[in-house]
Amino acid sequence: MDKFRMMFQFLQSNQESFMNGICGIMALAAAQLYSAFEFTCPCLPEHNYAYGIGVLLVPPVWFFMLGFVLNNNVSMLAEEWRRPLGKRGKDPTVLRYMFCSVSQRALIAPVVWISVTLMDGKSFLCAYSLDLDGGRFTSPGFSFENNASVSQEDLTRMMAKIPCKEIYDGGHMVVREAVTRYLRCVSQAFGWLFLLLITFAAFMIRAIRPCFTQAAFLKTKYWSHYIDIERKMFDETCTEHAKSFAKVCIQQYFESISGELPSPHGHRPHRSDGDDDSDDEEKHLSDEDKLLGIRAQDDMNRVLWNWHTCKPPLSLRRDGPDGDPGNEHVNGSAHYVQMKEMAEYTSTV
Amino acid sequence: MERLKLVLQYFQSNSESISNGICALLALISVKLYTSFDFNCPCIAQYNKLYGLGVMFVPPIILFLLGVLINRHTGVMMEEWLRPIGKRSKNPAVIKHLFSGMIQRSLLAPMVWILVTLLDGKCFVCAFSMNVDPRHFSGIPNNTGLEMTKLLAKVPCKEDAIFLNTTFRKAVSRYVRCYSQAIGWSILLLLILLGAVGRVVKPCFNHANSLQTRYWSNYLDIEQKLFEETCVLHARDFARKCVVQFFEGMRDDSVLRLPLARALITRPCRRDEFEEEEEEERLHGITRQEQVDHMLHTWYQCKPELDVTKMAYKPRACITWEDDRGRAVFSDV
Repeated sequence: MDKFRMMFQFLQSNQESFMNGICGIMALAAAQLYSAFEFTCPCLPEHNYAYGIGVLLVPPVWFFMLGFVLNNNVSMLAEEWRRPLGKRGKDPTVLRYMFCSVSQRALIAPVVWISVTLMDGKSFLCAYSLDLDGGRFTSPGFSFENNASVSQEDLTRMMAKIPCKEIYDGGHMVVREAVTRYLRCVSQAFGWLFLLLITFAAFMIRAIRPCFTQAAFLKTKYWSHYIDIERKMFDETCTEHAKSFAKVCIQQYFESISGELPSPHGHRPHRSDGDDDSDDEEKHLSDEDKLLGIRAQDDMNRVLWNWHTCKPPLSLRRDGPDGDPGNEHVNGSAHYVQMKEMAEYTSTV
Repeated sequence: MERLKLVLQYFQSNSESISNGICALLALISVKLYTSFDFNCPCIAQYNKLYGLGVMFVPPIILFLLGVLINRHTGVMMEEWLRPIGKRSKNPAVIKHLFSGMIQRSLLAPMVWILVTLLDGKCFVCAFSMNVDPRHFSGIPNNTGLEMTKLLAKVPCKEDAIFLNTTFRKAVSRYVRCYSQAIGWSILLLLILLGAVGRVVKPCFNHANSLQTRYWSNYLDIEQKLFEETCVLHARDFARKCVVQFFEGMRDDSVLRLPLARALITRPCRRDEFEEEEEEERLHGITRQEQVDHMLHTWYQCKPELDVTKMAYKPRACITWEDDRGRAVFSDV
C-alpha cells in the first residue's frame, strides 16, 4: 500500500508525468489483455483471415480511442479549437502541439498490442495458413503430383485446419509443425520490423526536432501548458466564488426571514475594550453571528419552509440600500457610517 | 520500503545518477524481453541465417534508439549544439562530453542483448548450423532422402521426427552452442578490459579539464530543469492574475464612490471585518445570477487578452476619489 502511495505521489507531481503513468498502465494492460485472451482460430477457409486480421487490428483501434478518452487534455484541445476568437488570438501551432502530444500518448498501447500479437504469431498463422503452397511442406514420402485425388478445395480446407492442433487431419500430407514454424518466423520478422520502424520514427521526431524551430517549440510548450493551468485556475476561482456567493446568499436569506440586520461590527463598544484574548472574542462573535437572528422555533420553521417553497433570488445586496445609484452617491466623510446607521434605524421599526 | 526510498533518493540526487538508473533499467528490460521472446527458428535453408542474425542484431538497434530517446542528456546536448551563440560562448568539450556519455549509456542495453543471445546460443545454432562440417559427427540419418544442407538446416528444431534415435542433432547443436558461448565470453572479457583500461588511463590526460567539463555539463542540465520549473510557476501566477482580472472586469460599472475616510482604511483591524472583506473580495463584485451567467458565457465567447499588467501592479479595485462637488481628484481608472 505504501509502495502504491509513493508511486501515486510521484506520478501526481505534475500533469505530464501523470499522463505518462496512465500511458504506461495502458500499455501493460494491453500486454496483459493479450495473454489473458484465448485465441481460438475458427479453422474454416471463409473465416480464418477475418478472425486473424481482426484480432490483429481491431483492439488497437479500441485502445487508441480509449487513450483519447482517458486523456484529460482532449477536452482542453477541443475547447481551445472551437472557442470564438474574443480578445485573444488563436495560435495554430499550440493546437498542433497539443494534438500531437495527445496522439503520441494514445498510440503506445496499440503499438504494444500489435507487437505482442505479431511476436506471438498465432494471428498470422490463423490468417495466412491457407494461402501457403502446401507443396513446400509435404511430409517425407508424399508428393502432390503423385496423388491427383486431392482437389484444390480439399487442400485449402486442410490447410485452414493447421492452426488447430486437435482437429488437423492432414499429417500424412503436409507437415503441420513446418508450416507453423514458417509462418511464426514471418510473423516475428514483421513484428521486429514494425518495432524498428516505430522506434526510428519516434527517434527522428524527438532527437532531430531540436534542429528545427527550437525557440518556437519552447513558446508553444509554454502556452499549451498555460491554457491547461488557466482552465484549472478558472475552475478554482469559480468554486471559491460559488462558495462565497452561497454563504452570503444564505446569510441574507436568514436575515430577511428574521427581520434583523446583523449588528454592525463597528458598533460594539462593549466588546472592543481591553479584550486581549481575540480567539475568545471571535468565538463569542461567531456563536452570536451563527444564529443570524433566528432565535425562535417559529422563525426557524419559517426559514426551512420558505427555503423550499420560495427560494431567494440570486442577487446579493450590498451593505446599505439595494443598488440604487442615487443613494450610493455620497460625499462627505461621515456619510458612509451615517448610511449604515440610517439603514439600521429604519429596519428595526 | 525505507531501502527503496533511499535507493530512489540516491538515484534522483543528480542527473547523471538518473541517467545511469534509466540505462540499467533498460538493460534489465532487454534481458526480460529476451527471456519472454519465443525464439522460433524456421529450419528452412534459405531463412535460417536471416532469422538468426536478425534476432541477434535488430533488437539491439531498437534498444539503442530507445536508449537515446529516453536519455535526458540527448535534449540538453542537441539544444546546446544547435543554439545561436548569443551572449554565451559555446564549449565544444562540453558537447563532446555529453555526446560520449549519451552514446556509452545507450550502448549498454544492446550489448546486454547481444551477450545474452550469444551465451544462450539459440540464435547462433539457428544461423550457423548449416556451416558445420558433418563429417566430424557420427550418426547422420541417411534414409531421409534430403540433401545435407537441408538436413543441417533442421538441426535447430528439436521436434523434427527425422532426428529420432540419433545423436547427430544434439552433437551438432552442442558444437555450435559452444562456439557461440566462446564468442560471447570473449566479447564480455574484451569489453570489461576496455572499460578498466579506459578508467585507469583517463586521469592521465587532462584531469583538470575533465572536471570542468563535467561541472558545466551538469550545470546545463540543471539550468534547463530550473527553467522549465520557473516557466510552470510563472504560468500559474499569470493564469491566476488573468482569471481574477477577468472576474473584476465583469463587475458592474457603477463603482461605489467612497469617501476619503473609508478609503484610507486599507485593512480593517478587526478580525470579523476582515472575514467579511475576504468574502467580498472573493466575490470580485459578481453578485447576481445574470452576472454569473454573463461571466461564464463571456469566458467562452470572448476570452480576455493575455495581458495582466494592470493586475500585476494594482491588486485592488480601481478607486476614484472625488471631492464634495463630484470632481475627480484622483482616479485609478
